[in-house]
Amino acid sequence: MSVVIEQPNQPRSRKGAQWEKRAWIFMRVSGLLLIFLILGHLMVNLVLPERGVKSIDFAFVAGKWASPFWQVYDGIMLWLALIHGTNGMRTLVNDYSEREWVRKTLNVSLWVVAIALIILGTLVITTFDPCIDPDVETYLPNVCKP
Amino acid sequence: MSTTVEATKEIAAIPSFTVTLMVRRFDPENDDEPKWQDFDVTMFGTDRVLDALHKIKWEIDGSLTFRRSCAHGVCGSDAMRINGRNRLACKTLIKDLDISQPIYVEPIKGLKVEKDLVVDMEPFYKAYRDVKPFLIASDKPAAERIQSPEDRARFEDTTKCILCAACTTSCPVFWTDNQYFGPAAIVNAHRFIFDSRDEAAEVRLDILNDKEGVWRCRTTFNCTEACPRGIEVTKAIAEVKQAVLRGRR
Ligand code: HEM
Ligand code: SF4
Ligand code: FES
Repeated sequence: MSVVIEQPNQPRSRKGAQWEKRAWIFMRVSGLLLIFLILGHLMVNLVLPERGVKSIDFAFVAGKWASPFWQVYDGIMLWLALIHGTNGMRTLVNDYSEREWVRKTLNVSLWVVAIALIILGTLVITTFDPCIDPDVETYLPNVCKP
Repeated sequence: MSTTVEATKEIAAIPSFTVTLMVRRFDPENDDEPKWQDFDVTMFGTDRVLDALHKIKWEIDGSLTFRRSCAHGVCGSDAMRINGRNRLACKTLIKDLDISQPIYVEPIKGLKVEKDLVVDMEPFYKAYRDVKPFLIASDKPAAERIQSPEDRARFEDTTKCILCAACTTSCPVFWTDNQYFGPAAIVNAHRFIFDSRDEAAEVRLDILNDKEGVWRCRTTFNCTEACPRGIEVTKAIAEVKQAVLRGRR
């Protein structure tokens, strides 16, 4: 004989449940990747160059973004760090905001800023043109010859 | 006769000390805000914070309000914030605290204070009920449900919960987000999710895969530190998270 047990309680609001799980996984995966990306970034920009941080100038950046490798590298870091950081801030907003409209407003502003920064950053990385500097020939020979 | 005298002498020999208790008081009929009140009491090395509260209630101020039943760490009624940490008053020896300073006693945080140290536990129990903390099985066996010692060991730790709420009310996420199920509800879901005799693990995992479910946990370990039964609460929550990701226990 089988007994059917009545369910006394229904789950709470199911809205967005899968998203919370995905966000949790994303924070861990992106965090792990960011460790290596950021360490590599700091090594290449600050530790390996002979004059350390002083070697970063227009030419240094132009040199890096002339290579598809660094374009992809910086692009991934940009997207991951911004989405990771913004999603982390969303957690803090959810922690502290008591009124629903405050929470909504802060979260929408966060994502607007993040999306704007991601679009601008991606544009800069992919369309960077060293030739806007008239002196570019003095430090990067032959890049702007037609 | 003489043994009684000896015994009395021995009791008198137990050193006593005077200690100040700062108790967070709130009388909903007369106060707008909770306030601190200090009491000086003479206690012995064998006394617990609960004994000091009894002494105040019985000898100094009968209006002092707090919950307690068993007085021996079994019923879970007297969780309170003692010197900033969630403890059972009946399991906290005064001599183990720094008695050169006042001992601060407050209600547990994140639940509405009803009077003095008594809070409204209903939101806590609601979260508990919501995870279906009972065996769900489709068959009706004629004898007991057999379980191997290994299968039993899987959830041994979480059977020890006495629902004192020390963990849930030590959690900073719960303090600011009262919708969060909280550690205790997850511990009690764990109790059944990992029980081989139960058939509704998926149902409970689905309930906890919620905006206010396990993903709200930020691994601060406050709950593990607070639990008077020594349950590894944070570990239990992590196991439930893993089970939600797998979709089964
Ligand atoms: C170095 C590599 C990084 C690792 C390993 C990492 C890891 C993590 C993890 C696992 C969480 C989730 C914590 C939780 O849910 O309990 C988190 C949260 C967060 N991360 Fe990162 N992260 C890294 C870099 C960054 C960067 C570059 C930013 C800023 C752009 C950032 C901003 C945040 C914020 C604001 C939170 C939310 C804090 C909170 O939940 O209390 N993280 N991080
Ligand atoms: S897990 Fe521990 S602290 Fe939490 S309610 Fe149960 S006994 Fe109390
Ligand atoms: S009074 Fe029962 S646990 Fe403390």
